[in-house]
Amino acid sequence: MGLNLIVLVKQVPDTQNITGEAMKEDGTVNRAALPAIFNPEDLHALEAALTLKDSISGTTVHVITMGPPSAIQVLKESLYRGADTVALVSDRKFAGADTLATSYALKCAIEKIGAYDIVFCGRQAIDGDTAQVGPQTAEKLGINQITCVSSIEKVDPEKKIIIANRSIEGGFEQVQAPFPVLLTITDEGYHPRPPSVIKVMTYKNASAEMSDEQYDESYIDAGVERKTGQPISLWDIGAIGADPESCGLAGSPTKVKTIESVILKSGDIRMIENTDDAIAGMVHELIADHTLG
Amino acid sequence: MSKQNSVMVFVQQDDGQIAEVSIELLCKARELADRLKVQVTGVLIGKDVENQAKNLLSYGVDEMFIVQDSRLEHYTPIPYTKLMAGIILKQKPQIVLYGATTAGRDLGPRIASQLKVGLTADCTDLQIGDHTVKGVAYTDILYQIRPAFGGNIIATIVSPEKKPQMATVREGVMKLTTPDPGYKGTVTEVKAALEESDFPSVIIQRIKEEKLVNLKGAQVIVSGGIGVETKENFKLIYDLARTLGAEVGASRAAVDAGLIPKDHQVGQTGTTVRPKLYIACGISGSVQHRAGMDESARIIAINSDPEAPIFQIAHYGIIGDLKDVIPRFIKAFKAKG
Repeated sequence: MGLNLIVLVKQVPDTQNITGEAMKEDGTVNRAALPAIFNPEDLHALEAALTLKDSISGTTVHVITMGPPSAIQVLKESLYRGADTVALVSDRKFAGADTLATSYALKCAIEKIGAYDIVFCGRQAIDGDTAQVGPQTAEKLGINQITCVSSIEKVDPEKKIIIANRSIEGGFEQVQAPFPVLLTITDEGYHPRPPSVIKVMTYKNASAEMSDEQYDESYIDAGVERKTGQPISLWDIGAIGADPESCGLAGSPTKVKTIESVILKSGDIRMIENTDDAIAGMVHELIADHTLG
Repeated sequence: MSKQNSVMVFVQQDDGQIAEVSIELLCKARELADRLKVQVTGVLIGKDVENQAKNLLSYGVDEMFIVQDSRLEHYTPIPYTKLMAGIILKQKPQIVLYGATTAGRDLGPRIASQLKVGLTADCTDLQIGDHTVKGVAYTDILYQIRPAFGGNIIATIVSPEKKPQMATVREGVMKLTTPDPGYKGTVTEVKAALEESDFPSVIIQRIKEEKLVNLKGAQVIVSGGIGVETKENFKLIYDLARTLGAEVGASRAAVDAGLIPKDHQVGQTGTTVRPKLYIACGISGSVQHRAGMDESARIIAINSDPEAPIFQIAHYGIIGDLKDVIPRFIKAFKAKG
């Protein structure tokens, strides 16, 4: 018996590889100059779902992302790797959403897909590093969660249970939970597969022009042959039945009061020559002021 | 003082041990509560936790709520969320703080989602101040200060319209104060109204390796980055650390490259340290790394690249190959010692 798996992914600016070109002259980061990438841990979450699909026949992997139209790129990347259906949740009314408003919109999108066994997310996104959207979505769905999962030990589709290993401080914990459950996946245990060449050829021109009225419900049923051409669903606020008051800025209790760019402070550095004498002088100084010894 | 409007801390226990970050938060909560002229409350959930709760009152806790049940020995999300949310709804604190631990970051978002209130993750500072939203002025609200965008920005977040204002706080950033054994607080037991269905997760096993690396307590740290290049060269880092009686740290890049295990990692996703001396060897100094060590009292940067950003925060800079520099350092120390 196949499983219904949902993977939540996010497109993020690549904050981990900031090159010289992305730095402004004042020492701050030029956010607009950062390339947009598939959030690294979300790629691991997708891999965890695809690994289950490989081992349990009849399993369907649905991928959802919320973001601007450009976020379609991470959906294509998901199709290239083997996702069955993908949906972009996008609407101006979602703009300015904090983690609470985001989790509400994702909950509505997940419920639109219908029955599911496991929801996968990356543990956290590299732009905010909050790790909040996963647990907040689980709570909104009224389901259990296992966070910081490094690997899945076992899934029993008959008994509908999962055993997963989660990283905790200084070790790990093996947790068993019944379906439905939401997992947040770390970058420790999976090696995301590369895109399949055949799938890239199939989907490279995929677009999300299909409006909700044209949306074919048969499309998301496991086992149904998918139509090619326009495989990316575009869901706006109406399509997922979300209450505008709970979305975007209106639905976000947290507000950014101020943002300060981190500027590399140029301190009072003393350059020490790479010679025996100069280094001995420095060591002597550090011993004299009780920093060393 | 009113019992409502308190500053509340979720006190985390792990195998019966109180998490250090929880004690740090009680100290910070006392400071915030004094400013706001309100009480400090704590919530401690576990199995047989009454004595620990009593011991914590000396940190200036006015009331500690405890829930005891053998099934609550280890953290799992469903029962802890139910109990914590119930206590918050009854006690109506204005601020709730959680340690940014795996448990705190698992629990906090669920509570925020259920109560539809704000939560700011991984704060590095908390302050009290004023804020105006849409013409409405709010006084004495919580400024939740955290790095974002990979540490490239520091954001101050507020959530004045909904109570409680909640935050998870990184371990090691709030300072401990001296406990006052005479402080008069009370421990109140809250009955756990839990059913079997509240325990869907079963912990099959829990393995904790003994912590061999104690970065947080180290006075001197010798840290290696990707510039160390090989495991062979990393021995130099260990040699210097041994000579100085120091602990060995590493950057994320060195850990990712497999040069050294992850428990040595310093930085935003590793440990936050503030030793007397931090010696950065072959570390370029990404914002993520600097976020974890830039409060070190002294920083020595050793790097062959004169443009490495680490030099901008260092007190001493040595441009050169660490294969030359480190032996000279060891020789000099041994000669003086």
